Amino acid sequence: MAFAHDMRRVRAIVWKDLASERRSKAGFNAVAFLGVLILLLFGFALGPDTEALRDAAAGALWLAILFAGVLAFNRSYQLELDGAALEPLLLYPAPRWTIFAGKFVANLLFVLLLELIIVPVAIVLFQVKSGAGWLPAIGVNLLGSVGFVALGTFYASMASRSRAREVLLPLLLFPMLVPVLLAATEASSSLLAGNPMRDAGAWAQLLAVFDVIFLVASFLAFDHVIEV
Amino acid sequence: MSTAIPIDTRRKTVTTAPAQSIEWLGIVALLAVMTAQVLGVLNSPPDRDMGHLQKIMYVHVPAAWNAFIAFFAVAIASLLYLWKGEERYDLVAASAAEVGTLFTGLTLALGSIWGRPTWGVWWTWDPRLTSTAVLFIVFVGYLALRSFVEDSDRRAQWSAAVGLLGALNVPIVYMSVKWWRTLHQMQSSPSTVDPEFVVGLRTNGVAILLVLIYFITKRYRAARMERAAEHLAERVALGGA
Amino acid sequence: MMDFGRAQAKSLVNIAGVKSLPARAVEEARLYVSASLLRILQTCATNRVNNAPPPTVKLDRLSRRFGTRWALRAVTLEVQPGEIVGVIGHNGSGKSTLLRVISTALRPSVGDGWIYGHHLVREAVTVRRHIGFLAHAPGLYEDLTATENLIFAARMFGIAEDGIEGVLERVGLAHARAERVRGFSAGMQRRLALARLILGAPRVLLLDEPYNNFDPQGIELVNDVIQDVANAGGSALVVLHDQRQGERVLDRVIELNRGALVVNPADVQPLTFATPSGLPA
Repeated sequence: MAFAHDMRRVRAIVWKDLASERRSKAGFNAVAFLGVLILLLFGFALGPDTEALRDAAAGALWLAILFAGVLAFNRSYQLELDGAALEPLLLYPAPRWTIFAGKFVANLLFVLLLELIIVPVAIVLFQVKSGAGWLPAIGVNLLGSVGFVALGTFYASMASRSRAREVLLPLLLFPMLVPVLLAATEASSSLLAGNPMRDAGAWAQLLAVFDVIFLVASFLAFDHVIEV
Repeated sequence: MSTAIPIDTRRKTVTTAPAQSIEWLGIVALLAVMTAQVLGVLNSPPDRDMGHLQKIMYVHVPAAWNAFIAFFAVAIASLLYLWKGEERYDLVAASAAEVGTLFTGLTLALGSIWGRPTWGVWWTWDPRLTSTAVLFIVFVGYLALRSFVEDSDRRAQWSAAVGLLGALNVPIVYMSVKWWRTLHQMQSSPSTVDPEFVVGLRTNGVAILLVLIYFITKRYRAARMERAAEHLAERVALGGA
Repeated sequence: MMDFGRAQAKSLVNIAGVKSLPARAVEEARLYVSASLLRILQTCATNRVNNAPPPTVKLDRLSRRFGTRWALRAVTLEVQPGEIVGVIGHNGSGKSTLLRVISTALRPSVGDGWIYGHHLVREAVTVRRHIGFLAHAPGLYEDLTATENLIFAARMFGIAEDGIEGVLERVGLAHARAERVRGFSAGMQRRLALARLILGAPRVLLLDEPYNNFDPQGIELVNDVIQDVANAGGSALVVLHDQRQGERVLDRVIELNRGALVVNPADVQPLTFATPSGLPA
């Protein structure tokens, strides 16, 4: 019974975040365009040579996702901070993990929607040959996104409430994402280029373990950082 | 009484600083390092690949080991703080982080200096060196977080969480970078397990560990004195004693 | 009770002095009966004390520091069911902090507090079911409509959503139910915040300057809400600057000075400002 109430709370937070985001007009479109812009800039920086572009495709894609994504995370807490709604949010008789879960799911949906736009643009701009492994590549992408969003939601809960939030979030978050970046880019490259699945399989396992460890750690640590 | 300061019977705050001098440890550490370095330099033959350049390993490797020990200390102190809530654990974590950053920076600089004559480049994407670079940025992020948060309770809670999560990630980062490197078949890193070098490395490791402990203790004491003074100033300002 | 004891002592002396066996047996039986009666009476008295309803709010040397600054110092007070207490004091005297600690938004650094016997830290979730907190800032989601804000609140409270219409009517916002909060005036936002508070059906109200930004009808509305809660056996702690606004409802007033409860007005000390070195000038 209590768990049903908690799930209702999680859904309520997801609904609230997404509805606010949709109505705020500025948000998603601007972030998506920024992602596309970053891809374009990478294209210019790495040169028009097809081979160079293909080699760099996975890396450029993930960097665009990372830079665009951090904007989303800070915005998610901005919602609470603008109207001083964080304190009332913490005063409901709700366990803290429901707040983290709600924000995590809302951010994940936002980032996945972002990727739905950025990935096709990357494939086009970087002239990626779509090999046979595109479905597992999507799976790897999903795994990477989960880890990215879990840590992003967690660190943003602190960064958004301190000074210099624009620099603090990337500074705290990006070093933690090194395994995700390596795993996602290697696995995507090898899958799309049609390399044997074994490489990608090992990287996918690493991503899965990473996701589990840091989802649990973030859930546990969230209690300590959201309240103070 | 309207000027009473509540007595903090749970001893969560830092109101006193330790009095005994530990300068003796500093002197011992200095002597240990000098001895170990001299022994290392004199006793080991020139390496077959690197010649006398290998001797930089006697500082580079112990510095790396001790940087990781410092980070481990940060993780333990953070855990203790989250569990017990006593201010002094937060101060230990902060002190260990500062000294750890110093040692990590030293490791990176020496690694770079070693790489230049050996490979002709200032940086090699060697797994251990790269993991150390990531560790360095995690440390810096930790210190940046502390400097951007004013309230001391919030600062302590947040840095404890960040420190723990960072520590959790270190082995994962190391593994990923190692796989990444083997996939792309790059050059391997200098060997540190050849028997003729191990003794020298270990003695230097212990000597630099003494330096680490000395630095962290001095930094911790300074932090405690600062906090105790702040608490005292507050009591005086309120007119009580 | 003291007389019983003396009577028993006299009986003991009597027993010692009585010689025949049956007489002694009678004396001992009398002692036993009177001792049992004594015990029974004492138990009844204790039971009556334990069965009395717990105070709504009970604070024991509650203190809170921010870094090295003590914002609340050893605040001890009790609020009984049905009581409405006003809280006054200088700016910075800890009034808001007091409310925030009682509401569980902040944890006490030293000391304890209980709401209806539930501990503030150990049973925080239970405490939150009982309290209703009205802060300075309305704390609403500006891109959602009034109704949507209340739907969100109902879901977070874990209650059904059918009370929302009624609550909106009560605070006079039924006409604006489908408007986004971004377009609301300050007074309307406060009314919506009040509506959210009522929705949660709290028994303990913690109101931080609730009369700000309200027209006279709004002030009446706040007082009505407070009165309703008190009549139902709950309590309220109301921070205010001007006692007259709450005159209709306040039962008593407490004063905070630099974080401590003022017991004797003569104790109130003027604020001293510390020099940069941290010591008073």
